[in-house]
Amino acid sequence: MADIRVSRAALLNEERRLDDLYPGVISQDLKKRLLGPVFAALVVLYLVVCFFAFDVLGVVDKARGDMAQLFALDSYAHKVHAKYQFKRDEQGFVVSLEGNRRAIYKVPPEWIGHSKSQTIISLGGDGKVQFEGGLVTYFHPDYQQPFVFKVGEGAPQFLSGAEVDWLKVSGSQVNARPSLYSRIWMTKSKVEVQRYFTGWENFWFDFDSKLNGLSVGALWSLVFASERLHPEMSNLRYMFHELWTNNEWQHGEVYFALLQTLIMAVVGTLIAGILALPLAFVAAANVNPVKWVRTGMRRLFDFLRGVDMLIWSLIFIRAFGLGPLSGIFAIFFTDTGTFGKLFSEAIENADKKQAEGVQATGASSIQKYRFGLFPQILPLFISQMLYYLESNTRSATVIGALGAGGIGLKLIETMRTRQDWENTLYLIILIIAVVMLMDQLSGWLRRKLIKGNA
Amino acid sequence: MAARLALAEASRLAEISQAYECVARRRTLYTAALLGLGTLSILGGLYVADEANSGSFWGGLDKFFDYPIELLAGAYEKGLVGLFRLFLEYLPYLVETVNIALVSTVLAFFLGGALSFVASRNLVSNPLLVGVMRRVMDVFRAFPEIVIALLLVLIFGSGPVAAVIAVTTHTIGALAKQFSEVNENCDLKAVEGIRSVGGTWLDQMRFGVLPQVLPNFLSYTLLRLEVNVRASAILGFVGAGGLGAELKMVVDWNYGADILVIIFMLVASISFIDYLSGWLRQKLIGQTSQI
Repeated sequence: MADIRVSRAALLNEERRLDDLYPGVISQDLKKRLLGPVFAALVVLYLVVCFFAFDVLGVVDKARGDMAQLFALDSYAHKVHAKYQFKRDEQGFVVSLEGNRRAIYKVPPEWIGHSKSQTIISLGGDGKVQFEGGLVTYFHPDYQQPFVFKVGEGAPQFLSGAEVDWLKVSGSQVNARPSLYSRIWMTKSKVEVQRYFTGWENFWFDFDSKLNGLSVGALWSLVFASERLHPEMSNLRYMFHELWTNNEWQHGEVYFALLQTLIMAVVGTLIAGILALPLAFVAAANVNPVKWVRTGMRRLFDFLRGVDMLIWSLIFIRAFGLGPLSGIFAIFFTDTGTFGKLFSEAIENADKKQAEGVQATGASSIQKYRFGLFPQILPLFISQMLYYLESNTRSATVIGALGAGGIGLKLIETMRTRQDWENTLYLIILIIAVVMLMDQLSGWLRRKLIKGNA
Repeated sequence: MAARLALAEASRLAEISQAYECVARRRTLYTAALLGLGTLSILGGLYVADEANSGSFWGGLDKFFDYPIELLAGAYEKGLVGLFRLFLEYLPYLVETVNIALVSTVLAFFLGGALSFVASRNLVSNPLLVGVMRRVMDVFRAFPEIVIALLLVLIFGSGPVAAVIAVTTHTIGALAKQFSEVNENCDLKAVEGIRSVGGTWLDQMRFGVLPQVLPNFLSYTLLRLEVNVRASAILGFVGAGGLGAELKMVVDWNYGADILVIIFMLVASISFIDYLSGWLRQKLIGQTSQI
């Protein structure tokens, strides 16, 4: 018992000794201790207030999940329509890609079976649809009794079958969606069966192209075949031509747009860097002794940087029209401000000794800055430009979407149609790939140039 | 003897100066090649851009001041009182834009901070986990905000929620990268100390790493706040609410005074946040360097 009491006293003593040695570490004052928790509580409170101010629950409630699902499906799958119109019954079922009138299959696919009076359309895992003499019968694998509809005389009628929630019958039409991958749609004028298949259709060649649907082996042997598909071009050139002018995927236009975006980023950054360098010398206190010129230059940098790239692009689009030239100007106006500020700070932080050493050998003032100061800021100059090159690739996409052209504008265009989601996904993948590539490239160059110099 | 030594020295000197000249020549060649490449890409790029543009550079040059003058004329008509009334009218939208930026930055600070600990090579012993997390970071960072915003506006409808998610996603990637660089430069002695008394990995991070890196984390976050205000203003253009949406509307209708007031509000708030974050950052970093 006594032992413990002694050690407790010793402990207290030791604590007091440490507290004297490092005051404010063991027992911090209340204000300091409360700072963290109070700040955290305020942040949480702010987030909660914004949660209600932005009406997150209401927005999530109203979110179009079904649309999102359809968009997502359409971005990686394509849809084939088989459509029967009563007014043109001599045509039978017309099979087309995405219901496009210019993409009609001349030979119907094997999942549509024809005989004299009846047509049987297989829906894969969702069963099959039989069409015969004004009756549509749908056999679903999960239901014993088939669903029977009468069509062709006025609005379609639901004759027999189970009541299920994926089947919607209204006064004028019947809409059945047994799964996300198939749909049967009947109105008084038509019967339409839609089926989704995974994959991007016609990605390489147009629907109408002679090369569409050929395998890699077949294409390879065509390259060496003596017979020409097009009288004026060799087969290889013809293939490239067909690929480049693919109407649906527009590879040629897409890659030109991508080039425009890259041009905006690269040229904008380069011009900004080249312009900002001499201006930064003017704005640096250890180079330029005239105060009002320095202050004026700094305010100019602040102005260029403060007026956002968005606003610059609006002004330049008004002056130069829609296109990448306006984008270049928007980027280099904003970044001249940023670079000017960064470079002038770097010049002011540079070591004076080198410049003095060069001056001691009798160098002119230009030589003094060139050999005494410039090598010190060159690594920063290069690394900042490379950093901004990557971020400007992303910015060029964004202001492209506002009207400066390039891949951003293409992206907006495909999204506006709300049908070409596969193109949208393709463009998004391209944009992300290019941004990541620029990121890797700029990081690699930075390591190579800066560490190599040191 | 001495003469032979001098001769040998002279030939050695000649060798050195030759080698130096060789290096210097190669340097000059590289510099010239780099300058040539730069000039070529600027000229070529400008040429392609001028061709692809709907209006030309020379045609636009004298029109450059037309738009600002037009806006100023519109503003002059309104008079000071009218402009002030417009300012009050658009103030709630500015608050919304700044709120979008602030909420996204705060969310990204927590999520990106958590991600950065798992993506630092010196803190996690499993290289596979670090590699995967770095790729996740890269993808998050590569997404331009506008792409996410465009998709979300279709699903959630126009409003700030789409903008918050879009800005947060990109910011998580950007901050996590900077944070993990800070983490990788931290002193591991404190971590070892906590491990030696039996602290778990979470304890090591909380008490060993976080106190070292928090000032730098906050500094990067403040820098990001300014970037995010700009981003959230842009997202308004694609229907994500805030001042950007109003700006798009008045630009389409060509209301000079309204455009000018909104531009002024944007520029003023961006400059103010820039100034404020610079001041706060100096305080944060300055405090830690004294300890």
